[in-house]
Amino acid sequence: MITVRLEKAFPKGVPPFSLSVDYTFTAEQPRAVLFGPSGSGKSLTLRCLAGLMKPDRGLVRVADHVLLDSAGNVSVPARHRRIGYMFQEYALFPHLNVLENVAYSHTGNFPRFMRSDVREKARGMLERFSVGHLAERMPGTLSGGQRQRVALARALNADPLLLMLDEPFSALDTILRERLREELADMLEKLTIPVIMITHDPEDVDFFADVLVLYNHGRATPVPDYRRMRRHFPTASACLRHLQRVCWNEPEGEDSVTGIAPETADADGTSPNAIAPSTDRPDGARHGAPAESSVG
Amino acid sequence: MDQSIPVWVPLLLSLRVAGTAIVIASCIAMLAAWCLARRKGPLPALIDAACTLPLVLPPTVLGYYLIVLVGRRGIVGKWLNEVGINLIFSWQGAVIAATVVVFPLVYKSGRAALEQVNTDLENAARTLGASEWRVLLTVSLPLAWRGIFAGIMLAFARGMGEFGATLMVAGNIPGKTQTLALAIYDAFQAGDDDLALKLVVITSFVCVGLLALAETIVKPRTG
Repeated sequence: MITVRLEKAFPKGVPPFSLSVDYTFTAEQPRAVLFGPSGSGKSLTLRCLAGLMKPDRGLVRVADHVLLDSAGNVSVPARHRRIGYMFQEYALFPHLNVLENVAYSHTGNFPRFMRSDVREKARGMLERFSVGHLAERMPGTLSGGQRQRVALARALNADPLLLMLDEPFSALDTILRERLREELADMLEKLTIPVIMITHDPEDVDFFADVLVLYNHGRATPVPDYRRMRRHFPTASACLRHLQRVCWNEPEGEDSVTGIAPETADADGTSPNAIAPSTDRPDGARHGAPAESSVG
Repeated sequence: MDQSIPVWVPLLLSLRVAGTAIVIASCIAMLAAWCLARRKGPLPALIDAACTLPLVLPPTVLGYYLIVLVGRRGIVGKWLNEVGINLIFSWQGAVIAATVVVFPLVYKSGRAALEQVNTDLENAARTLGASEWRVLLTVSLPLAWRGIFAGIMLAFARGMGEFGATLMVAGNIPGKTQTLALAIYDAFQAGDDDLALKLVVITSFVCVGLLALAETIVKPRTG
């Protein structure tokens, strides 16, 4: 279970921006996707979760570890949070080879020197992602897909409690993206830790989301039953557009989904209009809490 | 200038003074650069201005401040005098003068080099369990060393030519505190144009050599 409650204001920004999100993933190992346009606060959320940025107020809990609790004055530093973070451009250390990168979490002030057990563990991790043959290569000589695997191996080699992926495919071209999406899905399938992924690509949502969180202008609405919702729509983007409209009361754009009229209730009796807030705070504090907005 | 003193005496003294000053200045300046890198706000801005000040103040002003500070009756100098340390008119005094003069060159280039390191890389190290110190040692410094090294070499060359502050603090004692720049001034004043020319050429070659060496080391090899 993961609890995320964050507030951070940037009053001097142009335009001023504030992040205010509050949601809980109740599943044992949720696979959550944060979806929304650029600048909606997704990356900011990950940074606050990882401890790379301090929110004004907040509570972050992963399983029974309290990582941040501004009320109780708890803020675990990033290095002790045990959150694996795969950066958008993978952030492999360019001056260290692949093996040294993967072993980094277990080496000291001289990353080139590692104990034999550390070396074995890192090698094992590389083998697990079928990139063992790249151990001696420098990151600059790797292809995009290889970099992604190495970055994933490096993050997981630190034995994290939670894995976070920031736009894992944005650094890749479209054709590669299609292939790697399936590969990554397979790799994540084998993990036994929760995964949170950021994306603004609807196809990614289809591939990875058990739970979906919609972001917009610093506010977030969780969609716990995305899989069930999705069945009512021909494409992921249609489903997401519908959800966004319901959540944020957005006016219908030219890409209106009216044509596919998801009004009729499904066999199981659920209507896509009904998206229940999953948080235990039904006080409507969240901006744009699912309203009784009409659909199409 | 006393003709009995060969030209390599002021040259070696200059190298020794500049070399010692660079080691001291680099340690303090890099610490300051690390602490202030990517910091915003009025206090860091003020400290940054103070660290940069020696670059814009006339060396004579720096010399004056240093005498107020470490002179025999100076704020710190009083205490040093009591334990038998006298920095004025000694080569160590010249080192202190040179340290202050070259400090901003190391600080400025060091800070710029550290700030150019991709923050994602430093953050990645943090999420992998690295302390701030380890982030500096294993990520920031290895990626920024070219810029830092270039700044240190530039500062070293500048330290070789230090004149004003050195003259005020250490004086101009041949064989003791007379560095190249001071020896040139002396020779010129004494009408010994041959010696002055010799010293000028030596100084120029040493400085050009240092900067060229820095350039070849710093530039990544191509092709």
